[in-house]
Amino acid sequence: MKLHEFQAKEILAKYGVPVPPGKVAYTPEEAERIAKDYGKQVVIKAQVHVGGRGKAGGVKLAQPEESREVAGKILGMDIKGLTVKKVLVAEAVDIAKEYYAGLIIDRSSQRVVLMVSKEGGVDIEEVAHTNPEAIVKYPIDPHKGLRHFEAREVVKQAGLEGNLNRLANVIVQLYNAFVGSDASLAEINPLVVTEQGEIIAADAKIDLDDNALFRHPDLAKLREVEAEHPLEIEASNYGFAYVKLDGDVGVIGNGAGLVMYTLDLVNRAGGKPANFLDIGGGAKAEVVYNAVKLVAKDPDVKGIFINIFGGITRADEVAKGVIQALEEGIVKVPVVMRVAGTAEEEAKKLLEGKPIYLYPNSLEAAGAIVTMVGGAK
Amino acid sequence: MSILINKDTRVLVQGITGREGRFHAEQMQKYGTKIVAGVTPGKGGQEVLGVPVYDTVKEAVAEQQIDASIIFVPAAAAADAALEAAHAGIPLVVLITEGIPTLDMVAAVKEIKDLGVRLIGGNCPGLISAEESKLGIMPGHVFKKGKVGLISRSGTLTYEAAAALSEAGLGTTTTVGIGGDPIIGTTFKDLLPLFNEDPETEAVVVIGEIGGSDEEEAAAWIKEHMTKPVVGFIGGRSAPKGKRMGHAGAIIMGDVGTPESKLKAFAEAGIPVADTIDEIVELVKERLG
Repeated sequence: MKLHEFQAKEILAKYGVPVPPGKVAYTPEEAERIAKDYGKQVVIKAQVHVGGRGKAGGVKLAQPEESREVAGKILGMDIKGLTVKKVLVAEAVDIAKEYYAGLIIDRSSQRVVLMVSKEGGVDIEEVAHTNPEAIVKYPIDPHKGLRHFEAREVVKQAGLEGNLNRLANVIVQLYNAFVGSDASLAEINPLVVTEQGEIIAADAKIDLDDNALFRHPDLAKLREVEAEHPLEIEASNYGFAYVKLDGDVGVIGNGAGLVMYTLDLVNRAGGKPANFLDIGGGAKAEVVYNAVKLVAKDPDVKGIFINIFGGITRADEVAKGVIQALEEGIVKVPVVMRVAGTAEEEAKKLLEGKPIYLYPNSLEAAGAIVTMVGGAK
Repeated sequence: MSILINKDTRVLVQGITGREGRFHAEQMQKYGTKIVAGVTPGKGGQEVLGVPVYDTVKEAVAEQQIDASIIFVPAAAAADAALEAAHAGIPLVVLITEGIPTLDMVAAVKEIKDLGVRLIGGNCPGLISAEESKLGIMPGHVFKKGKVGLISRSGTLTYEAAAALSEAGLGTTTTVGIGGDPIIGTTFKDLLPLFNEDPETEAVVVIGEIGGSDEEEAAAWIKEHMTKPVVGFIGGRSAPKGKRMGHAGAIIMGDVGTPESKLKAFAEAGIPVADTIDEIVELVKERLG
């Protein structure tokens, strides 16, 4: 789960990381009030779950008297398909130096890895491309945590200039915030050293581990359903793994691997999937019915491909769910199905004479559904 | 022959009194797996499916000879259960549970490895040595005894591949579902050496998917050391960047985890990559002559 900058900063502040004073505004008037309270130059920043806000014009400096106008331009702005509904109004920082500090879960080393770079204030992935030596990476022992001396060594090695102890403090606090909130990513970029020598997190980003939200009910509440696709919200209520995609073939299957493979087959046949939907293992008819109903509701869907390999899931249960959806008349588009595995014969018997196209293998089924939605694109 | 488990492997089921644990313990028994005990804290002294239930793994190993444990406890307690099994000295731990907090796994995987215990999973379907023993949740009937070792990050797709190999008369030795999470106990490259040394395994199929760099690391190992033919497969080749495709680990982040990188690594190691499940069978046949 992604957090907004202001939420990430609230978490960091709780762990002692210095952040510039700032408040969230939903209207230009509110933004102006906040800026006038601070009585000095502010930075007004779009709060949307997407990177590249600055380049898109969603981050602007403003004097208090300009803040209303500037906030008015940012609010309502569209950044990569997301509408800006709120802005962070924060005191502007006197930047002397801009650094980068971040933590990720690294799969190869199976550790939380600290990354520190002198090249802050820019996209770190860009730095990783153009100047990888500028990033010092340090895998952290999960049982010992990040000790202060380790942070000092990394800061030193990365060539950061400023108060060494204070820089290391911020990095240890960042690590504590990461572990304490079960993050999957936490970044301070830029980590600013001011003209006065203060160290401050001018921007921050935290992604939380969805699997651990159960132990952070306060953070789980921060989830913004309006920022997600309505079908994704409905799918998560049913407990489906669902991803909305931009094509027109609805895809339903059992098991993430099989569904990914099915998407690949649709693509190979020249089609474009409208979604990824995994009904999970051991699904009963009702679950399948809900899945078909959900996909059929998507106005982009011109045809549905249901790909089932029965293991723990019984193919006849799947067939029953599909038939129920068909008989209720909620499916207005062609349905192509392929069933194999456990209870395959029973499923085929149930599906006999029903208005669906049954294929013996996934490859042929993929070809058929792509033809039905108007051919390869 | 097979790797890791065979018909004599004596198995403990952690979480045996739960709905999932009990259901799958029974399925495993039907398959022929030697289940000798179960553990559920607070339910010690009961008997389930004809085996004794203990409160702790420590008690279970004191009274029974146990070679492997399979875990079905809820996500919040799963990493702890795996640590319990490892500290009790069980050499092979299979963690089926899905949705385990990632930092729990970061800590547990290191500790379990330090203890010299092999952990498979979490969020995995388990493993099966065809017609001998199953420590997992896969449909046993699709696995016919044969000569292909199978390693996969996926569940259903693996069953499909196993069924296709079985139908083609090739069959499988051991199949391991390593799990779809970012932090798992055993990766492809950990299992390849075992298959390479197993006399009955004549070829290995590696079913990878987008996300991470396990496939690239496996390809590097294969290039250097593998003496048996390997056939690859990559799922999710058409998936968009930055979206999690069902498995927590199936996500392309920046340049890491792309299908292009994996296909390139396989190509450089001389590993043919199948585009479809049927092609897996054809390529294995071809390689085995």
